Formats: sequence, structure tokens, C-alpha cells
Amino acid sequence: MTNAHPRTVPTRRQLLTRIGILAGSGALYQAMTAMGHAQGTDFTAPPVLSGVKPGTRVLVLGAGLAGMLSAYELRKAGYHVQVLEFQNRSGGRNISLRGGDTVTELGGATQKVGFAPGNYINPGPWRIPYHHQGLLHYCREFGVALEPFIELNHNTWLHSSEAFGGRPVRYRELSADFNGFTAELLAKAIDQHRLDDAVSAEEREYLRTAMQEWGRLDAGLSYGKGALSSGMRGYDRAPGGGPDGAPTFSTPFARKDVMRSGLWTWLAFHQRMDMQTTMFQPVGGMDMIGKGFNRQVHDLITLNCKVTAIHQDDRGVRVTYNDMGHGGVVREAQADYCVCTIPLPVLSQLDVQVGAALRAAIMAVPYVSSVKMGLEFRRRFWEEDEQIYGGISFTDQQINQISYPSNGFFSRGPGVLLGGYMFGPAAYDFAGMTPAERLEHALAQGEVLHPKQYRKEFSNGVSFAWSRVPWSLGCCSMWNEQARKTHYKALCAMDNRVVLAGEHASYVGCWQEGAILSALAAITQLHKRAQGVG
Amino acid sequence: MRRFLFTYTLAVLPWLACAAPAKADTAGFSSHVQPLSSGEDVYRHVCQSCHMPDARGAMGAGAQFPALAGNPKLQSGAYPVYVILNGFGGMPWFAGVLDDTQIANVVNYVRTHFGNHYTDAVTPADVAAQHPAVIPQEE
Repeated sequence: MTNAHPRTVPTRRQLLTRIGILAGSGALYQAMTAMGHAQGTDFTAPPVLSGVKPGTRVLVLGAGLAGMLSAYELRKAGYHVQVLEFQNRSGGRNISLRGGDTVTELGGATQKVGFAPGNYINPGPWRIPYHHQGLLHYCREFGVALEPFIELNHNTWLHSSEAFGGRPVRYRELSADFNGFTAELLAKAIDQHRLDDAVSAEEREYLRTAMQEWGRLDAGLSYGKGALSSGMRGYDRAPGGGPDGAPTFSTPFARKDVMRSGLWTWLAFHQRMDMQTTMFQPVGGMDMIGKGFNRQVHDLITLNCKVTAIHQDDRGVRVTYNDMGHGGVVREAQADYCVCTIPLPVLSQLDVQVGAALRAAIMAVPYVSSVKMGLEFRRRFWEEDEQIYGGISFTDQQINQISYPSNGFFSRGPGVLLGGYMFGPAAYDFAGMTPAERLEHALAQGEVLHPKQYRKEFSNGVSFAWSRVPWSLGCCSMWNEQARKTHYKALCAMDNRVVLAGEHASYVGCWQEGAILSALAAITQLHKRAQGVG
Repeated sequence: MRRFLFTYTLAVLPWLACAAPAKADTAGFSSHVQPLSSGEDVYRHVCQSCHMPDARGAMGAGAQFPALAGNPKLQSGAYPVYVILNGFGGMPWFAGVLDDTQIANVVNYVRTHFGNHYTDAVTPADVAAQHPAVIPQEE
């Protein structure tokens, strides 16, 4: 989760560091591991909660993954569990949209999803790293089928309005040229003894050979047009069969254009541990996970409960809520302990009786704004015309990226792609638009990457603006270093009878794994408290 | 981590705007945006995403985006400047995101629109005087 990108023009040292990352340098990997940056999450096994005093009651607020997992493990341990959920569905931010679904956002805009049967978009989480072993453990336990999520595809587009005349280039072209030219510079610098101060004679030999192989350099340590580079970046005329089967090599871009483009940032993007292969997605939509969890605990959940107050004393916890399924009548639920997973922008505005430290922590963590666009096209033109099977194209326009579906390859008929995934200023801007305006902007920007087909094949679309979601008022937690130092432990520590869970109470923020790990940590604390040892 | 580079975007090399790293299940790269100079621009492209185009806010799950229309807390210009710089509850901080002129402009815009009629304008220098000691950086 560290800042792996330079914020200013890279220095020579930073550039070398980047090369190290791209080259998969063992030394760099070891250094990163030593700093704890390249490890998976800390899940090993579910906690064993034994010796529960019969009749001990726990109230769980929120039926997202953190809430449902808390309920599941606590009931298994012998607690008496009740879950209150605001929405008329369980799953929380684990959600998928399909044809016939309705999205109503704050401000009143309502969209009806028009996707064809079988198509969906995941407006929240959409991919799972292989090392999120907590979430994967429960997917397996609850029978949620997973399939590969294609994160990296060398045949997608990279686009900068400021580079290559504003035309998108293929990932493989940019990747091959960036690696090739970088390797050439380094190999020649070594050869010309420019790095003798920094690199021993023995290391120079290894490094030069590595650069030659990695960058596809010729015997003269140059990167240029030929079989070596075309084997990486692609051909003008692809190799064929028969008498005229000979390929024609492609011409690399100019080095200065490659370096100036900034597009190399997307090479490093996929190499961060969070995005490394293999990634997964549930078969049929991300909400298959929420449904899998719901199968385990649905009998414990009461939907349509708008919590307004959480009070506690030496005897127990009292939660006041409006029963929205019954005209908003005020009800009270009581328990010995409470696991609260309510998103912080909402929780910070409720009447919550906790100590000053937790109160301050709840107030200290804002949520990021994010917008996703799901666009359905009449045919899978990205596959049929451009041989793009899954993966992500990136652009410096507001939509930021277009991600192609990782399922249903080669199928005929309509397909849904992610036509925009925004944070920061772009998300604020798009969230402030009407759904129709968002669609128009997404089409106008997507058209730059797919000029021939985008308008022609477009069928319908939906936008999801997280800052306009009534039950979260934002996408996910936004920590900074100071807030972590000052408030993180207080946010996670049990306050008398109340403990918080959710991705915000983890160092795996904005991932479902954070919800899982925080829930396990919360119920472990709760159990210790109930046993009188915590 | 995700940096909202309204000001850097055009000031430095354009691609740096998309060079900030992502966190978590995001490709949290800020994007190429037009410079927002007037208070109305900032309001339309940033604030109204939550506070709504009419500045009347919105009511969610027992919680709200507060209305700025007719909000007595706007009586002192220093208050909205503080909240914009530092954030408040679920609202992110904008220190290091919007510059002092943008913040002054949008505060002045909100305090003179939506039924608000405050005549004392805040200046970029007023905003600078309220900077937090450390500009928060998202992880």
C-alpha cells in the first residue's frame, strides 16, 4: 500500500528503481518483503471461539460481508445473534447490477438497468487478489464459484491525450519499447564504463546480459526494428503460412515519445501485489459472494432497519431503529454486545454512545468518491474486431479506464464492459452530473479508444456514483498517515460493549478482504471481552 | 495516494496527473481535468456531487449531506474554509487538492448564492492562514 510511484519527474535513481521493479529484481523484492510491502494479508484460519456462555446475545449492525461474517462465526461459536440491515437487501457494497434492477441515488435520480439476460456490472468490488486468503477461504466454504479475472492483457490500449498524437497504442507496443529502450541505455552505459563506480565488474556482466535479454537487444546492445522487438511488440504483417507467410516487422516508437508519454505508469500498475496475477471474480457477478454469505445467516437478518442510536451501559447495548418495513415505527433491540459495521460517514452522524477516542476516530476517516459506468454494447466488438479478451485499457481522460469482461469470451450478442472507473476530481465531476450526462461523457471519452464501434454498437448503460449512495455516503475509507497514527487503534478497539468492523477497520482498506479481516479481529475481541479476559 | 491534482495538472507535465498510485480495489488515478477557476466552476465540478446542484444537501440512512443553502454555519467565512481544508466526518479534506484561490472562490460563491447573502468575502490569504500544519496525504 505504499507509494510506489514518483510524484515528480523521476530522478535517475528512481528510474533505476523502477527498472528494478519491472525487471523483477530479486534484490528489490527482498527489500520490499523486508519492509512488509510485498506480503499477503495475515489471514491463516478462522478464529476458534470456545466456551461461550449460553444465551449471550450479540447485535450486528449491517449485513455486508463484515456483518454477515461476524454473525456466521459468532453463531457457530454459540452466541445468540441478530443482524439489523438498512437496505432491503443484504450484501452491502458487494453488489452487482443486472437487467431490470433499479438504481436510485441521493438527489432522486433513478436508473433502470437495461442489460440483456446474463449480463451484469459490479459497481463495487470487482476483482480478488490471490493473496486475499480470508475472502477466498469463505468463498470456498460457502460454495461460491470463482473464475479468473483478467487484470493484465497485453493487447489492450494505453492512451494519453498528450502523447502519440492522441492515438491509443497497444500495451505490448509501449511495454516492449519502454523495456527495450531502457535496457539499451543501461546496457550501453555499462558497456561504456559509465556505471563502474556503482557496479562491480562481475555484476556488470550479469546486468548487461540481463538487459540484453529483457530488452530484446541485438548484438550491438541496440533496441530497434527486427525480429527481436516484433516478437514482443507485434508485427506490421503477422507471421502466416504458405509462400507469402513471412512477417513484416513493426517499427518501434521514438524513444523520446515513449519516455515522455508517461504511459509506463500503467506497466508498473499491474505489478503491484494488489494487482498481480492470478486474480479472481465470482462466476455470475460479485454479488454471488454476498449471496453465499447470506445463505449462511439470512435467518438472522432483519432488513429495512434504519439505526438512529447506539447506547450502552454496564448491563448491555440498546440500539434504536426505525422499522422502515412498518412505516418507520421506532423499535429497540437489546443485546450484551454489538458489532457495528455501519459505514463511517453514516455512523459519524448517529447518536452513538462511545468514549471520546472512538468518537474522534469515527469522525476522522472520510470516504472517497468513486463512480463506475456499466455500458452494454450490441456485440463484443473488442473481441471480434480488436482481439481484446478481458483486461483493462487506460486513458488520461476522466473515465480513466475501460475494462472488458473476463467471462463469456467469444459469445455472440450483447456484452457489458466497465466504461469508466473514477476517483478524485473525475469522480466528483461525474457524480455531480445527471445519469444521462455521465453516459454521454463516458461515450465521448470511450470513443477515443474505440472510434469505429463505440457509438455504433452502444445499447444502454448505467452509472453508479458512490457519493450518492444513501447507505454509505461514499465509496470506502480514506486514511492518511496522521489519522492512522492518531485514530486507527481507537477505531478498532472494543469500546465497552461495542466493536467496529468493516474495511475501514483494517489496513486492507477498500478491499473486501479488509471487511473479512476486520470482522475476525472484532469478534475475537468481543469473545475475549465476553469471556472476561479482554 | 490518490492525488486530486486540480492545480498540478496543467502546471507540471500533464501525465503526472495520472501517475499517482492506486490503493486497494481501485485504479485510483486522478484524471486530466480542466482548471477550475471560478467559485461556480468548483461548486459544479466538485461540491455538487454531494451537496447537490441546488445546495440543499440530501438525506441518507439516518445521515445527511448538509444543505449549504440557508445554512447558518456559513455566517463566518472561516468555518467553511476550515471544513474544506480539513474535511469533516465523511467529507474528505481538500487541502493540497484545491488551491487557496479555488477555496476562497467557492466559499465566496456559496456564501452569496443559494439564498445566502453574506457580503464579507474571504481572500486566498485568509485561506492560507488556516492551512493545517501538515497537508494530509492519502495512503
